Amino acid sequence: MHTDAGVEARLPIRSDMDLVWVRQHVRQAAARLGFGLVDQTKLVTAASELARNTLVHGGGGLMEASHVADGGTDGLRLTFSDTGPGIPDLDRALSDGYTSGGGLGMGLGGSRRLVHDFVVESVPGSGTTVRVTSWVSRPPRPREEA
Amino acid sequence: MSEGFSRPVAGHVPVLRLGDVLLVTLQGDLYDSMAHQLQQDLSETISRSRVTGVVIDISGVEMVDSFLGRVLAEIAAQTELLAARTVVAGMRPAVAITLVELGLTLPGLRTALTTEAAMELLAQPIVPSRAGGVREESP
Repeated sequence: MHTDAGVEARLPIRSDMDLVWVRQHVRQAAARLGFGLVDQTKLVTAASELARNTLVHGGGGLMEASHVADGGTDGLRLTFSDTGPGIPDLDRALSDGYTSGGGLGMGLGGSRRLVHDFVVESVPGSGTTVRVTSWVSRPPRPREEA
Repeated sequence: MSEGFSRPVAGHVPVLRLGDVLLVTLQGDLYDSMAHQLQQDLSETISRSRVTGVVIDISGVEMVDSFLGRVLAEIAAQTELLAARTVVAGMRPAVAITLVELGLTLPGLRTALTTEAAMELLAQPIVPSRAGGVREESP
């Protein structure tokens, strides 16, 4: 059995250097929990997208990583929070191609496809929290949209 | 396998010249600012040295997110405007799978499995790229 050391963390997101630390931590934590290479890559990529959102749209914030368990299955939960302006239209922000920050508009909707569970809470004027969870050796989430 | 911690390196990504081709090898985890710097360095080097091709080896890159994907696509597009071609070489399978799932298929980007194959591709006469190319369509 692994320990939670090396998985649990609170990392600040204030610069593009912090994005590097976020990615490296998620890579290590996912490897430690037993995620395969493709799933590690998906998690790291999702974390990178979400951390960049926190930095660019939220004005900086925090990522918390934690080990979760469901029966005998291990999972990694990542929570990105900021106290920025919030997302006024969540449905639109989750749709592919929508961008307000000069990216490709794949950040939020794209990262949702890379993880098992995806919860976003946003209060206009007071901030956004995105919580994603993936489970070791569980098939990818079914596609809901075309 | 994961190589564990790959330390980010600050500064410029080295750009090597091999005949008519510029070779760039991306390794590990890049700062956003380094990717932007590379984009600028490459177009300056192309216009100065009149090379006809750029090979970007990403076999050492563990993750391409939408930011890096956009930078690669923009490098390819601006290279094209400067009368040269870009080939991205050595993308890892896990990276390709993730990019497609993310929704980024980067249709304008030429790819090769290895740097060697990329050099061969650039040695061939110009063929239209996947997106911008002429497509024969009968009405």
